[in-house]
Amino acid sequence: MANIKQLSETKERLVGGHRLCGGCGASVAVRQIMLGAGADTEVVVCAATGCLEVSTTALPYSSWDISYIHNAFENAAATLSGVEAAYNALKATGKIAADKEIKFIAFGGDGGTYDIGLQSLSGALERGHDMVYVCYDNGAYMNTGIQRSSATPLHSWATTSEVGKAIPGKPQRRKDLASIVAAHHIPYAAQASIGNWKDLVDKAEKAFNTPGAAFLNVLAPCPRGWRYEAEQTIEISKLAFRTKFWPIFEVQNGVWTMKEVREKDLLPVEEFLKAQGRFKHLFAPGNEHLIKEIQDEVDEYYDYIKRMCG
Amino acid sequence: MTQTARTYQDVSDFDSWKSTDFLPGGIVTDAGNSMLYITGGWRSDRPVWDEEACTHCMLCWVHCPDSSILVKDQKMTGIDFDHCKGCGICVLECRFKALEMIPEPDSLSSEGGN
Amino acid sequence: MADVTVLAATGNQMVAEAFRQAAVDVLAAYPITPQTTIVENYAKYVADGRVHTEFVAVESEHSAMSASVGASAAGARVATATASQGLALMWEELYIAAGMRLPIVMANANRALSAPINIHGDHSDIMGCRDSGWIILFAETAQEAYDNSLISFRVAEHPEVQLPVMTTLDGFITTHAMERCELMDDATVLDYVGQRVPENPLFNGPGPVGHGMFASLGGSYFELKKAQRAAIDNSAPFIQEAGDAWAEVSGRPFEFVDAWKCDDADYILVVLGSAAGNSRVVAEQLRAEGIKAGVARIRLYRPFPAKEVVAALKGAKAVGILDRSDAFGAEYGPVGLDVRSALYGEGLLIPTRNYIYGLGGADVTLDAIHQAYAELQELAAGKLDQSLSYLGTR
Repeated sequence: MANIKQLSETKERLVGGHRLCGGCGASVAVRQIMLGAGADTEVVVCAATGCLEVSTTALPYSSWDISYIHNAFENAAATLSGVEAAYNALKATGKIAADKEIKFIAFGGDGGTYDIGLQSLSGALERGHDMVYVCYDNGAYMNTGIQRSSATPLHSWATTSEVGKAIPGKPQRRKDLASIVAAHHIPYAAQASIGNWKDLVDKAEKAFNTPGAAFLNVLAPCPRGWRYEAEQTIEISKLAFRTKFWPIFEVQNGVWTMKEVREKDLLPVEEFLKAQGRFKHLFAPGNEHLIKEIQDEVDEYYDYIKRMCG
Repeated sequence: MTQTARTYQDVSDFDSWKSTDFLPGGIVTDAGNSMLYITGGWRSDRPVWDEEACTHCMLCWVHCPDSSILVKDQKMTGIDFDHCKGCGICVLECRFKALEMIPEPDSLSSEGGN
Repeated sequence: MADVTVLAATGNQMVAEAFRQAAVDVLAAYPITPQTTIVENYAKYVADGRVHTEFVAVESEHSAMSASVGASAAGARVATATASQGLALMWEELYIAAGMRLPIVMANANRALSAPINIHGDHSDIMGCRDSGWIILFAETAQEAYDNSLISFRVAEHPEVQLPVMTTLDGFITTHAMERCELMDDATVLDYVGQRVPENPLFNGPGPVGHGMFASLGGSYFELKKAQRAAIDNSAPFIQEAGDAWAEVSGRPFEFVDAWKCDDADYILVVLGSAAGNSRVVAEQLRAEGIKAGVARIRLYRPFPAKEVVAALKGAKAVGILDRSDAFGAEYGPVGLDVRSALYGEGLLIPTRNYIYGLGGADVTLDAIHQAYAELQELAAGKLDQSLSYLGTR
């Protein structure tokens, strides 16, 4: 991987003038991931319906300085499958020069990936299209106003997992999407975070350069939905890693490897939770057991990933 | 970002486009033309860059959500105030106190923001 | 020089041949009865190396059309096929394909919609997407399914059209029955359909482009829909031109409306697809008895050829419109509403009756057609009203 100064000469594929909120984690994720594509490589991007899509493509403007396609919410993977198939077919007929290389990447939020787009993603992974699929995971349907998704953490507030006397936020734990994807035995699947940019760029580079289907699940915090100040986006991402809330790992040709949290960096999950308004209710007296449940779940998942890494 | 001189098609008359003025399906051919769309006016605070203190480590650049840290030849050259939304990530991530957040002045005309 | 092979073939076989001969770049499809043999036949062409096509064996019809949208935006020639529940699952994508102005060609094996589940032929599926912005052709025979499919590529990809086209054939009756068919040689077909020349593809074009942009703000959605309306309204001459060009090659004429003995007819049945044959048999029998019966078969359903329909019906004393699907809650079935509207538009208040027939593959018997013609005579004599009825039910 090139160093950061060299990377700074990479073509900016997502330019200014988009309308994502200040401090949005999604555009940080896109920018860092695109650094893995190579300085001048031609990239075609597909976005699922969501914040990233509506904010970057309002007519007559496009914030993508590369070819872009949006189709619908649940089908970015299937749509990009078709794009990639067209590339292969046009190469076969000589309409595209044999030495011309184009990379294909799809971005979907957790709503478009964990939930409504899971079938489309699974199909595309199984078929093995040569493309990268990125889930920018902000843990809720942010585009429509913070409704819960299957990526919303246990006991988190969301507008469809409200906090009340009867129920203290979302009763269910998060879906383990990265493992579901890994179970497709595609050549490369990884979980990463914009709080660990170097690791993310490195993983993106591997994903782009892997022939066949590659997948990245990237934590991309949302200031509005998580209820924190915009400047905190990267710091909260770092906390997610340091508290084991968001394990960083990869599965390359079936081999699991994780980036372990160093003992001196390790923090209790409370440190991640208390930085965000969506977990505010957990700190009311009498709710200590809820935080304990989250800690247990986080530890259990972290240990599970660790076991997978052998 | 690495800045390259680039002109975009003028779309300032977009509000008067008729159905026959669009490409079929509403295709946009001027990729990246959102550079014409000014989001600088969203700021309530602005980052101020201290060039002396800057080590050009690029951490602000790699964490900017709005592609608004201007870079040329591996060195930071300034901030794109047409598009910076003033989120403050760059200030928080800077390890050399080369960026500081100040309240947005009332008039931005000298810096090109709106 | 065109070289024709005569063969016994099913409609699905002929559609698969048409797609192969059109040198489709990408075919993303999911199997569903009674479309399945189109996909199976095509998969065999791919396995045998007879085509360069990227066959994308998707996990659902929704993904079939999603991948087709991606491939078409990328500049490829794209075909697919579906039926019934599959078409219904695609519904969202049908509108997107049309709105993005992508020249995808899709065969639909017309079949009933659940519930109750039923695998046989009717028009419930296709009529559900009649307003989706696709050009829609109905074939009466396997031969016509072939002809329509080839014409579809030329229409869809015409620079002045740029719209998706559905080439439909009736489930089992046309998809599976074996008929005498004429297969044109590959070179002649390829010469006829030509190459797709996309204007602004995702790659290999003038530069990077954005497809599927967000048009919620500033009224651009409204303007783009107006442009889409103009595109389908203005497509008719290009459809006729493509049909005529194929007629020149194949010797088989192409008309939006096949007006069989309508010129002097007092009683005309309007019909789509495979039921036209039985209708003509009965009309012929009636003519032998001195009753002037005619059959107007609509081959191009969208854009609706109102002018041609009216031209066929204008001299009739009564018109019966056969609908192989219902528009529940509406006064008439879909074709009934279209035909009546066309007549009214020309100031023709010819009395009509609407017959819902053959749902879920129910037999369209000669007796039932006789009954319809008999009722038209009563209608003309003022002895019956213009209501809708189910024809041939117990």
